[in-house]
Amino acid sequence: MRFFRYLRRNKRLAAGIFILTFLFLFATLGRLIAPPERAYPLAVPPNKPPSPEYPFGTDSQGRDLLATIVMGTYLTVRIGVLAGVIGLAVGTFLGFISAYYGGVLDTIIRWVVDVLLTVPGLLVLVVIAAMLQRTLKPTSLSLILALLAWMGPTRTIRSQVLSLRERAFVRVAKLSGENNLEIIFKELFPNLLPYLGASLVGSVTGAIFASLGLEQLGLGAMREPTLGMTIYWVQYYGAFVRGLWWWILEPVAVIVLIFMGLFFLSAGLDEFANPRVRRVV
Amino acid sequence: MRAAYLLRRFGLLLAVVWTAATLNFFLPRLSPRNPVRERIIQMATSGGYVEQGIDKMVKAYEAKFGLDQPLWKQYLRYLGDMARLDLGYSLSAYPKRVIDLIAEVIGWSVGIALFTLLVSFTLGSLLGALIAWPKSPKFLQYLVAPLMTISSVPAYIFGLVLVYFLAFRVKIFPMSGGFTLGTVPDNSLAYYMDVAKHAVLPALSVILVSLGGWALGMRGMMVTVEGEDYMILAEAKGLKDRRLFLKYAVRNALLPQITGLGLSLGYLVTGQILVESLFGFPGIGSLLNRSIFVYDYNAILGITFLLILSIGVVTLILDLIYPLLDPRIRTGEGK
Repeated sequence: MRFFRYLRRNKRLAAGIFILTFLFLFATLGRLIAPPERAYPLAVPPNKPPSPEYPFGTDSQGRDLLATIVMGTYLTVRIGVLAGVIGLAVGTFLGFISAYYGGVLDTIIRWVVDVLLTVPGLLVLVVIAAMLQRTLKPTSLSLILALLAWMGPTRTIRSQVLSLRERAFVRVAKLSGENNLEIIFKELFPNLLPYLGASLVGSVTGAIFASLGLEQLGLGAMREPTLGMTIYWVQYYGAFVRGLWWWILEPVAVIVLIFMGLFFLSAGLDEFANPRVRRVV
Repeated sequence: MRAAYLLRRFGLLLAVVWTAATLNFFLPRLSPRNPVRERIIQMATSGGYVEQGIDKMVKAYEAKFGLDQPLWKQYLRYLGDMARLDLGYSLSAYPKRVIDLIAEVIGWSVGIALFTLLVSFTLGSLLGALIAWPKSPKFLQYLVAPLMTISSVPAYIFGLVLVYFLAFRVKIFPMSGGFTLGTVPDNSLAYYMDVAKHAVLPALSVILVSLGGWALGMRGMMVTVEGEDYMILAEAKGLKDRRLFLKYAVRNALLPQITGLGLSLGYLVTGQILVESLFGFPGIGSLLNRSIFVYDYNAILGITFLLILSIGVVTLILDLIYPLLDPRIRTGEGK
């Protein structure tokens, strides 16, 4: 209940949670109405506008778009979350090592992070994905995305740990004989949780962004009905010229909802983590 | 201190370019089959060579490009090639070199990129400054939320919406391409008008999405600057509002925006690549898209390398001119 009362004050967190919950319900309950096998080609008659039978219409390959979008939301969000979680785990680990042990290791990690953050991630991903082009699956795509999802979290966690470990409570813990692991898990970790949350949202957003970009360039799991591939097929089959508006606007609407949900969630988490910081919006 | 900074900054650029070249060299060789060789064989087959011919061709190819040499020699040679910007031959348009393919289209990309950057940077910064200025009309405040929401969506997703409404529903602008098919590019006004008309939607989708970022950055800096002592002094002196706004507040708040420009460059470039490929705009993004479509690995590697290199160089230049723009650092003026 306290949580709900907090949400009333933190409107953006509430909006983010609301949008993402809605999408979650859409992706899970939607399957009951639209069976996943209808999200693959030749399942239904092609090019039908929305009707009682096919509420979202059908596309040129003969997919039921309701099933496609339901599956796409699930697959795309899963790609992003998987890549984001791996990125956060690796980033947290490296950030801790970098900040806590310092020395040569810190220098190396910082350099690698600096260099990789300067290189535009999508371009590197294009090269990697192009080499694996015909063998890509949603899971391998998210593993590729994870390769470049850890630098942001590493930087954030490193700077947070650096500032935390000088605080009085950490010193007291050290003086009272806690060892490094105890300090990390009992003292630092709980204080890092809001930052971990914000970092996770950030890397998930980045990964979904990159996955859509790769798929739009034709570097995705060609056979799977992810949202990015749906957009790719929209262009491939010239849905614009043929005026198949439902095919264009539905995936766009869901993608916009995903990004808005993540954006509000991260803005809300920011406010939760630093209540003193002036609001951005 | 200064020399150390310069050295470090150049070192970073070198490291970035070296990383890109190294990835480009090893990634194709790491994958289970070598796509470059596979593609050559594929080309040879479709060209009607017999089995024997392919072997010969692959041998000749290997000798020509030094693939029979040990790996480290190939690697050094590759780094040398990259340093001289020799990106090799295109596999899909064979006698042409990748660098020539890029040269054909780069003008389109640079042109639209400079235009969108200039417009979104100026408009965004001005808008942000006005939003933060206490004496501007209140309604501007309500722009913040929609601006921010729009900027959280990828530019090309926004482009899809624009195409649907402004090119399909209301046929104001053309759907795709850089100019009407069949027109001969010449220096006539009609041709330029045609090009401009085709560039509106791609430019608009990039501008609308990046506007918010600039506006919010500027707004944040303005709020900080407005709290400075010199602002209070200037106001107490009775300076005109206009002068306060432009010479005192905007002038100082604008600087960090240049840093922001450097930081978001990679993001801007990749955003534009996707928008170009959506609109079939004849720039480097469409070239990349086409190269992926026909599995032209040399072109894919060359384009990504060149983009990474240019982003690195431009970021470096921005970092180096930043101190020159800062009025507090400039010396030798006045007393």
